Order: sequence, then structure tokens, then C-alpha cells
Amino acid sequence: MSGNILHVENMTMQFGGVIAVNNLSIDVNEGEIVALIGPNGAGKTTTFNCITGVYEPTNGCVTFCGSTIASNHPQGKMKKLYAGENKGLYKRVVSHTPDQITKLGIARTFQNIRLFKSMSVLENVLIAKHIRARQNIFTATFRLNYREERKARRECLALLDEQALLPMKDDLASSLPYGLQRRLEISRALATNPRLLLLDEPAAGMNPQETQELSEFIVQIKNKYNLTILLIEHHMDLVMQISDRIYVQDFGRLIAQGTPEEVQKNQHVIDAYLGVVEDA
Amino acid sequence: MSTKKKLIYTIAALAALFIILTLCEQLLPASSMLFIVLKKGAIYALVAVSMNLVNGFTGLFSLGQAGFMLIGAYTYAIFTIPLKEHAAVYQYFDGGIIQFTVPILVALVMAGLAAAIFAFLIGLPVLRLKSDYLAIATLGFAEIIRAFFQWDAFGPVTNASNLLRKFPTFDTVYFPFIVSGICIAVIVLLINSSYGRAFKAIRDDEIAAEAMGINLAKHKQMSFTISSFFAGIGGALLAMYQTTVQAGAFKSSMTYELLLIVVIGGLGSVSGSVLASFLFIAASEWWLRFLDTDTYIGAFKVPLLGSGFRMVVFSVIIMIVVLFYRQGIMGDKEFSFGAFGDIRRFFRKRFGRKEVTK
Repeated sequence: MSGNILHVENMTMQFGGVIAVNNLSIDVNEGEIVALIGPNGAGKTTTFNCITGVYEPTNGCVTFCGSTIASNHPQGKMKKLYAGENKGLYKRVVSHTPDQITKLGIARTFQNIRLFKSMSVLENVLIAKHIRARQNIFTATFRLNYREERKARRECLALLDEQALLPMKDDLASSLPYGLQRRLEISRALATNPRLLLLDEPAAGMNPQETQELSEFIVQIKNKYNLTILLIEHHMDLVMQISDRIYVQDFGRLIAQGTPEEVQKNQHVIDAYLGVVEDA
Repeated sequence: MSTKKKLIYTIAALAALFIILTLCEQLLPASSMLFIVLKKGAIYALVAVSMNLVNGFTGLFSLGQAGFMLIGAYTYAIFTIPLKEHAAVYQYFDGGIIQFTVPILVALVMAGLAAAIFAFLIGLPVLRLKSDYLAIATLGFAEIIRAFFQWDAFGPVTNASNLLRKFPTFDTVYFPFIVSGICIAVIVLLINSSYGRAFKAIRDDEIAAEAMGINLAKHKQMSFTISSFFAGIGGALLAMYQTTVQAGAFKSSMTYELLLIVVIGGLGSVSGSVLASFLFIAASEWWLRFLDTDTYIGAFKVPLLGSGFRMVVFSVIIMIVVLFYRQGIMGDKEFSFGAFGDIRRFFRKRFGRKEVTK
């Protein structure tokens, strides 16, 4: 429990006139499970996309393990359109593509499962090993990298064994039942050897029992792989049970943060979820 | 099935192929249509497989194959025309400016490299495009290349719109089979390697592939360049087969023929592409030839049959394939000896399936 691993500072993401994420600041410390919650359309997934490099934030910066992975100030067309805050604060422009960020040690899963459908379960996990290998296209084609390949296979099989996916290693990923697809997606993310794992609604579409299993699973992998986890979730049972800290986002803005107990009592959060009674 | 058994079967199959080819060479007259089918089929198989690498395995809809074949064909021809023939071939351009030749195999590799270099340069801007836009851009590029090679200003090198000829060719069926075979084997090795998996990942889901650390631009560029390398070699082989090269022959219709082969064979199946190439060439050069000739039964002229009707029938076949048999012959499966183990089960699986597959 030490050290800041992810630091998001004054991040704003604006699409045209729509501010999806507004001046958001988040801190995640090593070894924590942090949840990001909020009503639909609050900008949670956009936040993830900014952290993982899918989008370039319009303003603000993101630091991972002490190095800046994204930093931007409103440029070009956005110079005029920009409606957020802290306009002149960030001079430096840093942008990484998603693959570079994955290499740095951030892995993610997706809200709507994105597996490689036509590939087998084992191949799905093996993909993750591609970036860590020292091969080039020549050695890979002529099998001069067979030691590396064998090692990758062994590691992936071990990983699948731990996740109880080994019996279906040769099945097509798309043929797995929904719960297992989720698990495979998490396993695939784990195979990239991340330090920080971003889970986007891992319990979506699961029944209470599956959700319970999933929350145990998340804690288990966190301890096993020394991970830090940032997750988006709507199942409050899961969120309240496993997270150390919670951030609540609404209309792009951070409206509350703190331990599960604090957040549950926070009036802003209750208002955001249940609506405010307007005086007539 | 064990690896050892597979290896034995493969060697046996190759030996059988060699024996069949030898028998054909010995027994059939040299003018037999079969030789055209075998030679051209082998060449088309190589180009179709290379096209499948980009279209079927990496999911990039590229239609530049004819352009890369043209570059390969010209590169091969330019560097292999014997010096003493230069005066005759480049008669309008004072014997041309390239006054040296290289051995055939070196020229073949050069053909591939030239196509690959062009593909790399074209790929830099073009591969940012997606789906249809990429197809349009690559198709346009192929057309531009064709025009450039016919341009008078390049005459001393490309002989402008005149024929390039008198370069070394092959006359046995072995040569195209061996060259294509080696190239296809390399492509198969690539597809089954870690890079092949990365290509397939990009095809299945670009966003997820990127999130798994795969550099999209680099891998797309790789796939596109390698595919063009082999298309270039295929183009050189085609030049050898045709014995003359003229840029006008590498029209976009050639790309469509190749696309058709890839689709009929099955996007994402190497063996499908190979099978479909031979079937396509056999059908277009041999079996459906009779449709193009005026036919009389007694004094009665069979209606419709005549010049050009073959292409009409062909188009109908294509439409039927695309409408009702979209997966092609092989789908995305590969040929395997294991399938022979229980042909009955294999057939039941293939034809007994009821659900509609996309």
C-alpha cells in the first residue's frame, strides 16, 4: 500500500460542444481497488479511453508510475470551442497510442466484450505475449524464436489453468458462455503483465451469484499478481464490497470521493442517482 | 493426428504431386489445356494467397494487387532481357538505359522487393484508411502505376506502351510450382507465427488488438508490404508465363479475378485460395471456353453462345456464390489430412448444418 501509481489531473475531454469529462482528477495508489461509479452517460468509459490512449484528452494530464503518458492543452479547433477549466495550465503535449500504454503496464477490458472471435481461447491469450517477445518477423516466420514461443505458450497455458479455462483452450472464443468470455477477457489482460488493470463494467449482465464470484475473483487476482485495479461498475454490492476508495462522476464532473461508507452517505451522490426533489 | 504422421502425409502428397506432374509432362501433348491450367493456376495461387494475407487474415480490403504484380513483372523483365536483344526490344528508345542483366532467381527476388518498396511507400498514407476507402485508394494507386509504366518519358526503362519481350521464361510446369510452393509455404509459416496471430487479432477487433499492445500501423504495414512482395514475385512469374509484358494487361479486372478467387476459396483460408485458383483458371481458360464460340447443332445456331458470353455465365456464377455460399469453399478452415479420416462425418458437418452463418 504505497506510492501513487495513476494520477489523473484536471482532465477534460470535449467532443465538439459536448464536455464528456470535465476537469476530473483521480489518484490511484499501488495495491488499491478503486471504483469509478456514476449514472449512465457520466463519462466513465470516456475517462478510461483517455487513460488508455484511445482518446487524447482535450486538456489535462495523466501520469502513470511517475511518467506522463498523456498531456494536452486545447489546440486547433478546440482552442475556440473549449469550454472547460484550467485552460493554460498544461504546456506540454504528450500522447501515446493505446499499444504503447499497454506496453507501459496498463491493461484494460471492455464494457461490451471484445474478444478475438475467430481465434481460439489459447490464441486470444497468446496475443498478449506478442509485445513482450524479442522476436522479429523473420525469426518468427522461420521459427528461430521457438524457445520464446514455447515459453509464451507455457505461460499462457498456466494462466488458463489458473482461471479454469484450460479445458476449452482450443474452443473458439465466441463459443464460450458469457461468464467465461468475461473471465477470458480478464485473463487476456492479465497476460500482458500489467501493473494497473482497468475493468470496464466487469459484472455487466451477470446475476447476483456470478457477481459475487466475480468480486472474489477480482480480489484474488489482485493479490496474486500484485495488481492495482480501477473499475467501473454499476453493481453496488460489488463496488461497496471490494473497493478501497470510490470516485463518483456525474455529467463528466467528479461529485464525490471517499471510502464506500462516505460515498453512500454523500448527498450529492444520492441526488445524482435518485434525482433531486424540486420545490414547487 | 501426430506431427510425425502429418509430416509423412505431407511428404507423400508432395511426392504424389511430383509424380502426377511428371506423368503429365511425359504423356500429354505440350499443347494440352491442362498445362495452361497448371502453370497459370500455380501463379494465380501464389498471388491469391498473398492477397488473402491482406484481405482475409489482416482484414484490410486492398485492391492493389494487379499494380504490385505489374511492378514485379516489369522489374523482372527489365533486368533479365539479354543485352543482345535490347536493340530489338527497345527499338524506339535506343536500346534502353539499363545495360546489365541479373540471374533469373535474383531478378525474381528483385521483382518482389520492388513491389514491396512501392507497397511500403503507398502504405504510409493509405493504410490509415478503413474498409471501402482503402479499397478505393489502393485501386486508384494500381491504375496510376499502370499509366505511369506506359508513359513515354519512362520509355528507356519501361519501353513505354510497347511490349517487353525476349526475357528468359520457363517451359516446364515445375518452375511455377516450385517457386509458388516455396512462397506459399513461407506465407503459411508467417500466418501460423506470432505475427500471423497479431494480424488475425487486427482483423477480428482493431480496438482490442491495440489494447493488447499491437501496434496497428506497424502490423498493417508489415502485412501489406509482405503481401505485395509475393504479389511482385507472382507478377514476375506471370510475365514468364506470358513471355511478354505490357502494362495494359494488368487491369483492375485482374484484381477482381483475384478477389473472386479469394472469396470463392474462402477469406482466411490458404488452401481455399489455392484450390479456387486452379478451379477458376480451369473454368475460365478451359471448361467454359465453349461458351465463347459459335456453336451449331446441325443447321441450328445455339442462341446466346458467342464471343463474350463466357463472362456473362461467370458473373452469374459469382453472384450465386456470393448470395448463397458466402463462406466460399473452405470458409476460414484449412485443408488437413485429418479430414480424410472420416469423410462421412466431414460431409455431414458441412452440408447438414441448418443455421444461417454470416
